[in-house]
Amino acid sequence: MQGLQGLAWLLAMQSLGEILSRALALPVPGPVLGMLLLLLALRWPVVREPVAICAGFLLSHLSLLFVPVGVGVMTHLGLLGQYGLRMLVVIVLSTWLGLAVTALTLRYFSRGRDA
Amino acid sequence: MPKFVELWIYLSATPLFGLTATLVVYVLAQAAYARLGQAAWANPVLWSVVTLATLLTFSGVDYPTYFSGAQFIHFLLGPTVVALGWPLWERRHELRHRWCALLLAALAGGFVASASALLMGWAVGLPHDVVLSLAPKSVTAPVAMGIAERIGGIPALAAVFAVVTGMVGALSGKALFALLHIDTSAAGWMARGFAMGTAAHGIGAARALQVNADAGAYAGLALGLQVVLAALLIPLLLRWM
Repeated sequence: MQGLQGLAWLLAMQSLGEILSRALALPVPGPVLGMLLLLLALRWPVVREPVAICAGFLLSHLSLLFVPVGVGVMTHLGLLGQYGLRMLVVIVLSTWLGLAVTALTLRYFSRGRDA
Repeated sequence: MPKFVELWIYLSATPLFGLTATLVVYVLAQAAYARLGQAAWANPVLWSVVTLATLLTFSGVDYPTYFSGAQFIHFLLGPTVVALGWPLWERRHELRHRWCALLLAALAGGFVASASALLMGWAVGLPHDVVLSLAPKSVTAPVAMGIAERIGGIPALAAVFAVVTGMVGALSGKALFALLHIDTSAAGWMARGFAMGTAAHGIGAARALQVNADAGAYAGLALGLQVVLAALLIPLLLRWM
């Protein structure tokens, strides 16, 4: 029951986010606004306790949620056949750069504080 | 035999098929991943996608039919993005304590991932809308789709790029961090996890969570931060480039 209440809160925040995003023509997608709204609402135990259970469940199965979109690769086979290798090289290199820069920046700026 | 064919035609056209196939294949891929000691190459998202795409191709079920069932899983991405507020809240004290270093790392990593993808995409001569779809690739798929739509990319392609990016991060993160001499101390796990969430979003974060709980928590934090930063800054970055 708590899990369901949590889901209801998450969906309510998402809907509120969508409404705000559209009504004010904000550049931020609805779910992202919903996340910020949730962050504000989590100070209340009524929201916090059910959301903790539901969020834990959803986030622990996060990778499953990417499968349906991932299978969508098959609809772009033409584009992939033509540019696939180049796209893959760009994605691999830029991901490595992103990973390296993030890890090194954090390592550099948090040095000395973690003793 | 004709009875069976009729039954198959009926079943493969109902949403039940796409939903069941996705869950069953993923559960099997997850079991194989666990049995193989969670080796990076056995990534359950990668193998689920490959298996399902092969299955659909050979059974002649088209993607829209498959998606009519799989959309019930896909739909959960929205509330899950909202749920990312939870790891942010849980780590709010660390966030307050180290917000400067974390924010700088998130900004630097997100910027480099996005800008380098754009520049390399243009350099190798990819079509304009394909390049634009590369910009939000280090953000979780549903948000990447939203951003791509706003900047003139192809949402479906942006989602695929995001998924591939996540898999690249999950597959190669460990080797890359070892190469960069990021150790496995508490601070090292923080850097590793945070980088995974920043550059390889949910799939990287899922991998980080399986390897180390602290890394996973920081990955969740990075993922949530990146969602906000990317949604705000990628449209600005493109105006400026």
